[in-house]
Amino acid sequence: MSAEAVSPRTNYLNAEYGVSSWLFTRDHKRIALLYLGTITVFFALGGLMATLIRLELATPAGDLLQPDTYNRVFTMHGVLMIFLFLIPGIPAVLGNFLIPIMIGAKDLAFPKLNLASWYIFTAGGLFILWSLLNGGVDTGWTFYTPYSTSFSNTHVIATGLGVFITGFASILTGLNFIVTIHRMRAPGLTWFRLPLFVWAHYATSIIQVLGTPVIAITVLLLALERMFHLGIFDPAYGGDPVLFQHLFWFYSHPAVYIMVLPAMGVASEIFAAFARKRIFGYRFVAFSSLAIAVLGFLVWAHHLFVAGISVYAATVFSVLSMLVAVPSAIKVFNWTATLYEGSISWETPMLYGLGFIGLFTIGGLTGVMLATLGIDVHVHDTYFVVAHFHYVMVGGTIMGYLGGLHYWWPKISGKLYPAFWSKLSALIVFIGFNLTFFPQFLLGYLGMPRRYHSYPPEWQVLNVLSSAGASILAVGYLMPLVYFVWSMRYGKPAPANPWGAVGLEWETPSPPPTENFPETPVVVGEAYDYTQRNYRFPLRDRHEVANV
Amino acid sequence: MSDSHGHDSLPGLAHQFDSYEQQRESASLGMWAFIVQEVMFFGGLFVTYLVYRREYAAAFAAGSHHLDVKLGAFNTAVLIASSLTMALAVRAAQLGKKKPLIGFLVGTILLGSVFLGVKTVEYSHKWHEHHVPGPHFAFESTGVHGEPIDPHNAQIFFSLYFAMTGLHALHMIVGIAILLWLIFHAARGRFTPDNYNYVEGTGLYWHFVDIIWIFLFPLLYLIGRH
Amino acid sequence: MSAHVSPVRTYVVIFLALMAGTALTVWAAFQDLGALNNVVMLTIAVVKATLVVMYFMHVRHSSRLTTMTILAGIFFLLILFSLTLADYATRDWLTVAGH
Repeated sequence: MSAEAVSPRTNYLNAEYGVSSWLFTRDHKRIALLYLGTITVFFALGGLMATLIRLELATPAGDLLQPDTYNRVFTMHGVLMIFLFLIPGIPAVLGNFLIPIMIGAKDLAFPKLNLASWYIFTAGGLFILWSLLNGGVDTGWTFYTPYSTSFSNTHVIATGLGVFITGFASILTGLNFIVTIHRMRAPGLTWFRLPLFVWAHYATSIIQVLGTPVIAITVLLLALERMFHLGIFDPAYGGDPVLFQHLFWFYSHPAVYIMVLPAMGVASEIFAAFARKRIFGYRFVAFSSLAIAVLGFLVWAHHLFVAGISVYAATVFSVLSMLVAVPSAIKVFNWTATLYEGSISWETPMLYGLGFIGLFTIGGLTGVMLATLGIDVHVHDTYFVVAHFHYVMVGGTIMGYLGGLHYWWPKISGKLYPAFWSKLSALIVFIGFNLTFFPQFLLGYLGMPRRYHSYPPEWQVLNVLSSAGASILAVGYLMPLVYFVWSMRYGKPAPANPWGAVGLEWETPSPPPTENFPETPVVVGEAYDYTQRNYRFPLRDRHEVANV
Repeated sequence: MSDSHGHDSLPGLAHQFDSYEQQRESASLGMWAFIVQEVMFFGGLFVTYLVYRREYAAAFAAGSHHLDVKLGAFNTAVLIASSLTMALAVRAAQLGKKKPLIGFLVGTILLGSVFLGVKTVEYSHKWHEHHVPGPHFAFESTGVHGEPIDPHNAQIFFSLYFAMTGLHALHMIVGIAILLWLIFHAARGRFTPDNYNYVEGTGLYWHFVDIIWIFLFPLLYLIGRH
Repeated sequence: MSAHVSPVRTYVVIFLALMAGTALTVWAAFQDLGALNNVVMLTIAVVKATLVVMYFMHVRHSSRLTTMTILAGIFFLLILFSLTLADYATRDWLTVAGH
């Protein structure tokens, strides 16, 4: 166990002061915090959209918003949450901060490119923000043609441009991570000694690099079609609107794995730490991450089952979609086996981790239901789908994100947050989440379509439950905002290893110095080894021995 | 200025790297990852092309016949030649030969500019023949062998022609800008045999743009020419 | 360890091969080979691209990781092509009531 108790005076937070030391930083840890700031703002805006949706849906009549306004609200909710929060989310904040430290490096392979990624991301976000402030877009975040190309009177191109630009940032981050993980690992750190968080981000980065360009070209074609009426997606010219859907979902399906794989990486870290055990089936979990990345590219047309594709293609995609559930299930089984006979402690990150595993399983299983052609015909475009993806995106990704923030906050900020309030907020998030989204499974099954601002009165009870849940969920989200900020000023200073966990990030002070480690560590054993210390710091160890 | 990792900061070695070799291998992998994403970027256009060519073979052939094979073939030769000069530029950088490096970079820019000049001529031909998609588009209703075709489908062909060659041309313009930047830095002796990653990376990018054209030329210019 | 330096001759030979390939593809386009026209054209293009990748882009003397990266890109490109075209190619295979 590390002998660090007191954080040294100079760390990455106080090494330099002033706005320009942040805006021109190359330090991956500062860039992670820049991302934290911007994505929190976008999350809040997306949450505002969600509030409007749930307020409208609390009553059957469409009495709060005009139908056209409602269309804009749910579209912007999707665009903000997906492109500006979930996709960058864990990689940009936790990945950026932790990957170099976890591999014993001083920074990512391309620090300036990392900063450029943040600027590009923020610029794209500003395009979308501009669009939002000027009435938003009403096509749905999926921008289906021909409505988006020929009929919508909203700022489709501006929003599309924002998506294009943020996509580029995503590609560059993925590229940076891939090169870093291949080329910057500390001596002795072989692939199978890497933390699973790193494996998860490696798999995610592969998807980012291979998938994002396709939505980029799709959005470009969309803009060209809209500007010059090319006819590529226009049936009157022989164009096929379904081709747009093929191109769009070729990225947007793997995109959901960009969102969930990092959360799975966080889950692995949390379970190892709070069961004080190595992850059961480490190699299975590592390879499953890669399998999810690869298989995730083979299933996109399950979003097109009722769009008019061939029955044969639909059948093939249905089978492939069931296959992609397998590696996810493998992970769930391995995590469960990790917890079995572990020394469980009920700290806040663990609460989020447990919430993740249960909610992701429900979301994943309902995904298999949707992959079944016969079922999808009935529940496509209903609230069943909405509930499914919120279970995996919110119950999965956001729980993972919050769990990760709570786990690594002491490392990032050097401060501890109050355990009582954080555990309470985890409970509130869990309860609020389930109350919001479980009724939506029932609503979808009963036939309530998505993207409608009104509905028959017999569905009001379930909708009211959902809206009530949303207000509870909102409270759960606001609480960390309060106590994390509070902790920066009033929190107790955090030791280097507040959780007694194993990992290179816990071998450096909280917060870390700018160069992460005073000397490059040497790794001599596997990750999550609670029986012996597998990190060597030659100079420091020699120094300590000499001083005994 | 030495750091606790035991080496003085070597010229041209970024602080996050431990050796020139690590830096070079990282730059190379990074550039290849970038090229792979460019492949997927153009890939979206290629799949659109494949879908519609299959669907509207006659209209595509008719459209293709209105492209100038001689200019297209000439441009292909020009671009391949520019790949040669680029490869020789990288080689010069590997050997630390500043003058040939700059000379070959200039040659690449000149050849690239010829390519773009020819494309401009071709685009203006298309404009005058009313083959640019939009309000002024007009195309005959008969295919190469006199069979009836829908001019709307021909518009899809030309949309893809302009989108694909236009995106390609945009990449060439960016490439030329980067080459100019390279010349600026090469003149200042910035590139040494230990550290010529920017030249190598630009070379990879330029060759990739050449490869795209190697596919674009037959796919767009040589449909149904027999 | 520094990178492999190819002799000038190698680059010139590849250049000439690429030019020959271009001439060949233009000539072949004007011959009636039926269904083979497309195959010939595609094959020549793939060969030319491979030469550029192996020699101009130095992959012949690069690491296995580089090769794997390229193959990964090509693999997913082919997935995009094949699965999308699979839909269009099979749309009229089965007439279903109402279609």
